[in-house]
Amino acid sequence: MINKKKSIRARLGITIAVIVALVSLGVACTKTSRQERKPMPLVLPSNFPAPIYNLSSNPITVEGFELGRKLFYDTKLSRDGTISCGSCHIQGSAFTHHGHDVSHGIEDRLGVRNSPPIMNLAWSQFFFWDGGVFNLDLQPIAPIENPVEMDEHIPNVIEKLKSDAQYPGLFYKAFGEGDITSSKMLMALSQFMLQCVSAESKYDKVVRKEGAVFSAEEQLGFDVFKAKCASCHSSDLFTDNKFHNNGLVPSMVNDSGRYRITLDPKDFYLFKTPSLRNIMKTAPYMHDGRFLNIDAVLDHYDHGVQVNSTLDTSLNKNGVVGIKLTVADRANLKAFLNTLTDDSFIRNPQLAEQ
Amino acid sequence: MFRNIFVLFAASLFCFASCKKTTPLEFQPGDKGELEVEFDNVIGGVNLQLNTGSYTNASGETFKVSLLNYYISNIKLQNADGTTYTVPRDSSYFLIKEENPSQLITLRDIPAGNYTGISFVLGVDSLKSTAPVAERTGALDPAAAGAGMYWSWNSGYIFLKMEGPSDVATSGDKKFRYHIGGFGGFSTPMFNNIKQISLTAPGTSMAEVRKGKAEAPHIHIMADASKVMNGPMNISIATNTTVMVSPFSVNIANNYVSMFSIDHIHND
Ligand code: HEC
Ligand code: HEC
Repeated sequence: MINKKKSIRARLGITIAVIVALVSLGVACTKTSRQERKPMPLVLPSNFPAPIYNLSSNPITVEGFELGRKLFYDTKLSRDGTISCGSCHIQGSAFTHHGHDVSHGIEDRLGVRNSPPIMNLAWSQFFFWDGGVFNLDLQPIAPIENPVEMDEHIPNVIEKLKSDAQYPGLFYKAFGEGDITSSKMLMALSQFMLQCVSAESKYDKVVRKEGAVFSAEEQLGFDVFKAKCASCHSSDLFTDNKFHNNGLVPSMVNDSGRYRITLDPKDFYLFKTPSLRNIMKTAPYMHDGRFLNIDAVLDHYDHGVQVNSTLDTSLNKNGVVGIKLTVADRANLKAFLNTLTDDSFIRNPQLAEQ
Repeated sequence: MFRNIFVLFAASLFCFASCKKTTPLEFQPGDKGELEVEFDNVIGGVNLQLNTGSYTNASGETFKVSLLNYYISNIKLQNADGTTYTVPRDSSYFLIKEENPSQLITLRDIPAGNYTGISFVLGVDSLKSTAPVAERTGALDPAAAGAGMYWSWNSGYIFLKMEGPSDVATSGDKKFRYHIGGFGGFSTPMFNNIKQISLTAPGTSMAEVRKGKAEAPHIHIMADASKVMNGPMNISIATNTTVMVSPFSVNIANNYVSMFSIDHIHND
């Protein structure tokens, strides 16, 4: 009797112990796997609109971000191992190619295009000056496969990554079981690029009332900007994410811009409105880098605007072509544009090559 | 009334039973089997020979073919009983390449039955054309199997790609290049070259899909690549050596929509 009771109790004890062990094992397991991949959600600045990138389709983790950063700075992505994404998108120039015009010769694409910044891309619907790519994850295929850029084929890149000493482990850490695939590589690159957020300029600290105030000159410049530029360079992203013809004389190669993508005659010579964040760090300017400094840009808006059938109507109103700027306007505008420089972004060690 | 129905029912039962005797029902509901579909690329009445064969188009121009690739997707099968079976989306995208040793696709887990027709999309539907990268697997991976069939600068698949040398071509290397795509535009409506193609088996032939058949039934489709150039608008290589993303591409797509036919079906 007693023995039996004892054994039942013992068995019960063992069962409970096993259950407790299993449960704690389970807890421990989820704990470690959660520890293994640390979420790194995008910090959404309070003065920005809602992001466009579908963040839940590619949740950012520390491991995915770090893998993406390594890929971004790795010359393995080019055929002869000489060039990385970071070669043309340099952090110190807000991820542009400071002082360079870049020729872009994919298939039947002609022309010279200037590298735009890798910045606040979660808020972009369209990539490239003509908006030909509509999903950030699909974007890196173009430079990798472009004969005048990295001239490599992604299947080769995947093979190189598979036979590398470090990448298989890093992909495992970022994405778990399974082979290295092109979609994992593209998603990791996106995770890194999405984290390239610039929202700590003086301007941001003023509008978010974080203690900074505009000087009188900057405030006057902001007023000019709101009156004359913000219709296209709108919101705190400084772009309406749309396409306009801002009156540039067509380039030598007659880059038709958005028309190449939509074949809609209304889109001839329309280009994506670029953000003006960090603008003082990203010369040369415009899609082909034709203007070497900001004065040349202001000259253009003041007296260089060319009238043609697709010129934005706001640049040819009431018989006035362009945007007339007084000497004072120009000085104030430049003072304002300087407040858009975000040193913490340009120097963020997290975004630099490690 | 009820009696009538009962009589009808009994009669039909009897009919079924007697039918069963002459052609025994070879499959049970729920049975599944395989079906093969071959895309046999030809030019007119002759087999297409990459790089070597020399052909003449309706504009009287001679040319060779060095490359022929196209996407087949969204396959549906017409059952003799009047129903249609839709191959599940995610196993319904194929890239046919003449340079590969085989242009045969195998459809698995097809409900047993007798199939008299097949329909498919030549190209990639707009839903997949705009899908996230993680959903672009297999033949659709723009960075792997689908490389070369994807415009990276203008996100979109090339539905059909045909290239080859011709003395009348005006390009530097004397090659014509027809890269036809266009799913209708992402934000601005654009031309749409997604083509729906429906084919019926000749005569009374049927593909008999059965469970565990040693030899899967085989639908043999002829794809006459001369129709890329010849059709409602005869294309001249001299005038249109290169056709890619342009409204003119619609004319080529309107031609090749009739390039396919079921030549025959065999069941063993
Ligand atoms: C040889 C220089 C070069 C290299 C290398 C390069 N890019 Fe670029 N990148 C450019 C140019 C030029 C553009 C603009 C092209 C256009 O608009 O047609 C661009 C555009 C982009 C854009 C679009 C930005 C926007 O707002 O529209 C992204 C994102 C980007 N590159 C990421 C990358 C990644 C990731 C890599 C590496 C896989 C890479 N780039 C490699 C020059 C380069
Ligand atoms: C009609 C819309 C519109 C207005 C108004 C407008 N811009 Fe622009 N801006 C654009 C577009 C579009 C581009 C890109 C054009 C191109 O490269 O072809 C651009 C380019 C720029 C660039 C170059 C950015 C770079 O990264 O290369 C600067 C700087 C600029 N604008 C400043 C201004 C200023 C300052 C004003 C007001 C005086 C202004 N813009 C008014 C549409 C506009």
